[in-house]
Amino acid sequence: MQTVHHAPHDLGVAELAAALRQGQLSAVETAQHFLKRAQAQASLGAFLALDEEVTIAQARAADARLAAGTAGPLEGVPLAHKDIFVTRDFPTTAGSKMLKGYRSPFDATVVRKLRDAGMVTLGKLNCDEFAMGSSNENSAYHPARNPWDRTRVPGGSSGGSAVAVAARLAPAVTGTDTGGSIRQPASFCGITGIKPTYGRASRYGMVAFASSLDQAGPMARSAEDCALLLSSMCGPDPDRDSTSLDRREEDFTRSLNDSLEGLRIGVPSEFFGTGLADDVRAAVEACLKVYEGLGAKLVPISLPRTELSIPVYYIIAPAEASSNLSRFDGVKFGHRAGEYTDLVDMYRKTRAEGFGDEVKRRIMIGTYVLSHGYYDAYYLQAQKIRRMIADDFQQAFRDCDLIAGPVAPTVAWKLGGHGNDPLADYLADIFTLPASLAGLPGMSVPAGYGEGGMPVGLQLIGNYFSEARLLNAAHRLQQVTDFHSRKPEGL
Amino acid sequence: MSTPTTTPVKSLLVRGYEVVIGFETHAQLSTQSKIFSRAATAFGAEPNTQACAVDLALPGTLPVMNRGAVERAIEFGLAVGSHIAPRSIFARKNYFYPDLPKGYQISQFEIPVVQGGAVDFYLGDEKRTVRLVRAHLEEDAGKSLHEDFIGQSGIDLNRAGTPLLEIVTEPDMRSSAEAVAYAKELHKIVTWIGICDGNMQEGSFRCDANVSVRKPGAPLGTRREIKNLNSFKFMQQAIDFEIRWQIEEIEDGRAIQQATVLFDPDTGETRAMRTKEDAADYRYFPDPDLPPLVIAPDWVDRVRSEMAELPRVMAQRFVSDYGLPEYDATTLTQSKAMAGYFEAVAKTSGQAKLASNWIMGEVSRRLNASETGIEQSAVTSVQLAGLIARIADGTISNSAGRQVFEALWNGEGQDADAVIEAKGLKQISDTGALDRIIDEVVAANPDNVAQFKAGKDKAFNALVGQIMKASKGKANPQQVNDLLRKKIG
Repeated sequence: MQTVHHAPHDLGVAELAAALRQGQLSAVETAQHFLKRAQAQASLGAFLALDEEVTIAQARAADARLAAGTAGPLEGVPLAHKDIFVTRDFPTTAGSKMLKGYRSPFDATVVRKLRDAGMVTLGKLNCDEFAMGSSNENSAYHPARNPWDRTRVPGGSSGGSAVAVAARLAPAVTGTDTGGSIRQPASFCGITGIKPTYGRASRYGMVAFASSLDQAGPMARSAEDCALLLSSMCGPDPDRDSTSLDRREEDFTRSLNDSLEGLRIGVPSEFFGTGLADDVRAAVEACLKVYEGLGAKLVPISLPRTELSIPVYYIIAPAEASSNLSRFDGVKFGHRAGEYTDLVDMYRKTRAEGFGDEVKRRIMIGTYVLSHGYYDAYYLQAQKIRRMIADDFQQAFRDCDLIAGPVAPTVAWKLGGHGNDPLADYLADIFTLPASLAGLPGMSVPAGYGEGGMPVGLQLIGNYFSEARLLNAAHRLQQVTDFHSRKPEGL
Repeated sequence: MSTPTTTPVKSLLVRGYEVVIGFETHAQLSTQSKIFSRAATAFGAEPNTQACAVDLALPGTLPVMNRGAVERAIEFGLAVGSHIAPRSIFARKNYFYPDLPKGYQISQFEIPVVQGGAVDFYLGDEKRTVRLVRAHLEEDAGKSLHEDFIGQSGIDLNRAGTPLLEIVTEPDMRSSAEAVAYAKELHKIVTWIGICDGNMQEGSFRCDANVSVRKPGAPLGTRREIKNLNSFKFMQQAIDFEIRWQIEEIEDGRAIQQATVLFDPDTGETRAMRTKEDAADYRYFPDPDLPPLVIAPDWVDRVRSEMAELPRVMAQRFVSDYGLPEYDATTLTQSKAMAGYFEAVAKTSGQAKLASNWIMGEVSRRLNASETGIEQSAVTSVQLAGLIARIADGTISNSAGRQVFEALWNGEGQDADAVIEAKGLKQISDTGALDRIIDEVVAANPDNVAQFKAGKDKAFNALVGQIMKASKGKANPQQVNDLLRKKIG
């Protein structure tokens, strides 16, 4: 076996896949290496479940396929899943006490597809309970810490996912994005993440939060690595998910190196208003300059209903959640209260004990907005504005090919920094919510550093099915910048 | 078939009150698998053996529409002249109950797949029309089992996710008899087109009746809904009890409270389950897991082209093609099997009216006595056609025909001809032989002859009877009549 010059954890997905194919690394030793790192960095709180036996068994099978010449495109490359995806081999909790110890009898479609591509599962990643949150502090188990500053949040809800990649505990991970849950933690932790067009990746096996918004996507260090994973994650799933789109699988790496000459990048004025922190503004604007240097043209555009996306999202998402989470009733699976007097008491205690505060808050908001007499004023009205927000994007895309702006108004805040103010969390979602509501693909690309040396993310939003174009724009940026390959100190 | 029109209402007052009834019927659709999963729908399996991950609402599962259920809804809509919505919406009806695994039922709320339409039927001689509001697709819930568990309840989710078509009428019915006639007609339609097995004991066809009473001309009274009527007999009893009860309440000066009631067959009474005050807020909203149900016109056309002839259309054809009276045509189209049997006999024998008489007479009598359907008839359509042909061509008399039928029913003989031969039932067509029998009978019964000549017609009939007896039923009664009248008339 040849010596590898870099430690496996410093290799990206593409390099690891190549090293495994060429026999420079075995899947088993690669998996062992990452598991050791995950254990050593347990204080980061990235993982909720590890099972060495399961991982090594998968790695052995990968080595066998590598030896037999039947390897998949990403054979032997380790991966970890956000704990929102159900898995047969690992418990699935969705970050909630409600599902403590729950084991699914089936794998999520995304999990199955990445296994089919040859990837080896390291474990399950921490997240906000039922993916509700933007700091990972709503995990019922433990918070996750930002590797760039362990006193800060990693973002959320895919916080554990972002931490694992940033701390080199996994070369790539899955996340889910409902209102920014891939993009915002990617931004806070200085990694790359993409949420594809709604319906590209099957939702089968994702513990549902808000069905009309939930979408799976990959998170990794580079756009190229994200493209490799995304190519294996997407595709129609008509027998399991009625909202999965009838779009064939694509090779999202196909246009990574295309020139950006003449690319029209729309810059929405609403994304650069007074709410935007100066450090974030400076980093994002510097990136836009880099794009100009690569031949792109900046076009001022307007997304006039950006602010409305907050109330609209915080009506629609809780409405759907209140219904999606009704199945957690103590009857069939998951937590059931130990003592109760009758059926209603069993429901009350089970749900009072099993759900955390933020989940309860959203269930109550959702129940309220769907109630008789309030439905028209809230839910229906929100749906109307949601369509207008989508129309605004279509208007904007007449003048530009993709849209660029900040992912979040600030860099990562301190753990406990938002105290007991859920509204502060909600307002911080302002730049990621519009693309979610419109069902558009969006990504976060490392764009530099702000206050306290914390990473800043550049958000790229494309029209429907333009993932390859987004990844191309991100890749070209990463060819002339090194933000995505820098490592937090001590790792 | 019919265009929705307001039925002219003939007032049928009960103690001065007009009765107003509307129906909601849950017809279980005859698909192999469930409406949103691939689990089987068969009745009677061990608890929870026919519930898959989707039916159990395991985390991460999603509903996928069963095309077969949609197709059956389209068939029903076409059968009752409804509008098939090109785009309909599935909604979630949210409530907590242990037999409802997701905590919501997927149903159609604002935009159902089948809109409007009407059901026509006869109430005695009177043609009636009940207008339909809608028919929508939804999933059934599971079952709570309270009997086998002490201090606990068991849940069987086999039924969870079974496809239902809920068929809702306007409040067009004015009596329990009309309500039952409607329900029977609806039952006939759904079983005829094969979208539902119609098994009421197993819950495949369940009716809820909304009943109210009012003084003629007054606005609609407050209704009470009788749930889960699963036999036509109970349906009539329950509605009749409910009408009496409501009238008595009003007469006693008490207002009717809107309520859901259950009928207890043991006491023959209805009792309130819950009142409007307990009504849940179901928080309906469009199910984000299911895109709108889009039905293209060519799908509807294909279903239409593949649909069997409907009972009412078939009855019309029996009248025009076979010259049957309307009553016969309606009776023979009570079931597809009955109609098919009739057509086979009529075509083979070429004697439609005789075929109708025999099926509505002897065949039905024997089937009723043995409590079997016409599918199990011991006399096949071919055998009956052979028998009828022999009556029509004068080989045997009608009464001999009944003997042949009995023999065939009991399996004595392959066909009518074999039985006629074996039993020697051929009619005497030789007038010489008949003359001799008549002369003997006349000679042996001088009293009857004298009475007849004195003007007593009865005596003539007695002589005919004697002659028929002497011929062992083989004489042609008409011929006997003619010859006897010539001799003594």
